[in-house]
Amino acid sequence: MTVRTAELLMAIMMGAFSIYLMVKSAELPIGWIEEEGPGGGSWPFWLATIMLISCGGILFNWFRKKGRIATSTKTYIESHVLGDVAAVAGSLIITVALFSFIGIYGALPLFLVFYLRFLGKHSWGLTMTLAVVIPVVIFYFFEITLKIILPKGITEPFFIPLYKIFL
Amino acid sequence: MLEILGQLAQGFLIVFEAQNLLLIIGGCALGLFIGAMPGLGSVNGVAILLPLTFLVPPTGAIIFLAAIYYGAMYGGAISSIMLGIPGASTAVATTFDGRPLAKQGLADKALIGAAVASFVGGSISVVLFTFFAPPLAHVALVFGAPEEFALMMLAFATFVGLGSDDIFKTLFSICIGLVLSAVGFDIISGEPRLVLWDITGFLHGVNFLVLAIGIYGIGEMLWTVEEHALGGGKSMLSEATVSVARTFAALRELVKTWKSTVMGSLLGYFVGILPAAGATPGSLMAYGIAKQISREPEKFGNGAIEGVCAPEAANNAASTGSMLPMLTLGIPGSPTTAILLGGMVIWGLEPGPRLFVDHSEFVWGLIASLYAANLFTLLINIAFIPVFIKVLKTPFTILAPVIFTLCLIGGYAPTQDMHDVWLMIVFGIVGYLMRKLDYPLAPAVLAIVLGPLAEPALRQSLIISEGSFMIFFERVYAGPIMVVALLLLFLPVFKMIYDRVRKPQAERNAG
Repeated sequence: MTVRTAELLMAIMMGAFSIYLMVKSAELPIGWIEEEGPGGGSWPFWLATIMLISCGGILFNWFRKKGRIATSTKTYIESHVLGDVAAVAGSLIITVALFSFIGIYGALPLFLVFYLRFLGKHSWGLTMTLAVVIPVVIFYFFEITLKIILPKGITEPFFIPLYKIFL
Repeated sequence: MLEILGQLAQGFLIVFEAQNLLLIIGGCALGLFIGAMPGLGSVNGVAILLPLTFLVPPTGAIIFLAAIYYGAMYGGAISSIMLGIPGASTAVATTFDGRPLAKQGLADKALIGAAVASFVGGSISVVLFTFFAPPLAHVALVFGAPEEFALMMLAFATFVGLGSDDIFKTLFSICIGLVLSAVGFDIISGEPRLVLWDITGFLHGVNFLVLAIGIYGIGEMLWTVEEHALGGGKSMLSEATVSVARTFAALRELVKTWKSTVMGSLLGYFVGILPAAGATPGSLMAYGIAKQISREPEKFGNGAIEGVCAPEAANNAASTGSMLPMLTLGIPGSPTTAILLGGMVIWGLEPGPRLFVDHSEFVWGLIASLYAANLFTLLINIAFIPVFIKVLKTPFTILAPVIFTLCLIGGYAPTQDMHDVWLMIVFGIVGYLMRKLDYPLAPAVLAIVLGPLAEPALRQSLIISEGSFMIFFERVYAGPIMVVALLLLFLPVFKMIYDRVRKPQAERNAG
């Protein structure tokens, strides 16, 4: 896909999103309410309208081939880059999905091992050290010092003794 | 005048509390590190680390984040000079002459020049700040809803009129930020509003940190993955010889560059105040002017020390300058200060001129901390130059997972809702895809912070005027501000018309 094609697709998607926002805003009154002032939906409605007009402007420039992006025939995301970015983004998505099941202390070490060992090609020694040290530091800092309880999923029971000691 | 000095002295008392002093030193060192790492700048550091500051009271938190901001401005120069890659966009101009100096074996001279110029820029601007801020805040005390809205319009208009990005994309970015800030509840009627796809997570709104960490954490790191490739690029690190004797020799030579350093400081400060401009254009402009006023302009680009000093002075001065409108008017002067402003809201402070009256210990603690941060950063920087050079050898693949971890937890911590973590990932990926198409993202972050302040200001104004927009033009302060905002907003249109009229004429003259 070229940058030019990506520009078209993005403008269409964002235009559609703007229309959705306009419709959604219009669930509240968008006009003037006597004795009350502007309706609750008017502010986001008119802003979404400007978004839609901007997308129209981007499309207009696209059709008359104006600007660096609208005329670029380069590949939008080079294939070797796409692999790297997809691996990183994908591993993040999987990690977040796992938060709710095996908890942050189950998912985070997996993520760190994957990133350091398989993407970064670091030694097992370094990988394992960081995969253990980082979650421990996070536990101390967030759960004990800041008292912010992070998602645990099925690992919750293992933390009850720890809570008893620290909290 | 005396009153200001008295309050500044009070501020210093706050700064010299042991905890705050530690926060400044820690912040400066961390900022230097963040600034020095290619791909990370002050805005990324402040966005990712803001959730950690819930640990300390607001004054300590802002002092810490401001120190990071400051340190990152110094740190950016280190990788510009040593690697030839700007450590942050604000240090782009520093590569022009810093890199050639490093290649000539004079890396230490460039690094010391950058550090000293940053110190001078920081010092001049913080003094200007101390004496500008209180009168400005005093004037702003009479501002009502129409003035507040006019000021926000001015802030957004600078992006359209002075920003170098596509106008439609800039407008889009501003509006999407404002709309996202309207998600949740209508503040006046109390009805649920814009609950997208009826997902209940949207009922508590879109936290600005979710967008900021999404864009400046996740999105930025994806961007860096692309630029550096996962295998870790080959090192282009220059060698630097550092010794006390060479340091003193370099310092003696720096005295001669005072003119460009002072010019850069003043320019940076005033450019920094403008929301759309900030440190990057400020430092580029300072570089250009330093070249013009130089007696040997031909040396620029081949290792002129003035070419390092002027932009470095300017970017530090700009970071202080951008705090002026943030503190006095509640309008951030840069993406980083937008995040600081959002932080102030989280800490329970109401941004705006009332801060000087209601929370003077916060304001003056921050101002005094800038003096201290400036000095500490200089000392840490010069003392640990060899350490920071080593830091540049840290492989990106070690740093990246640590930053991602901080992002994931930082997105979760403020609301403790997984919905926000998912939203942050979406913002990160979409932001990355949009950035590849030159959509500017800073206006969206500014807008999501200002949105909750802009909407009530507009609606209250319209309620006062019974629906007439003339209220923005009839009042003493709001009128001129609004006119300037509109002029800036339509500047691109004027330029287009001017170009249309001018070009055929020029062709006719040529023919």
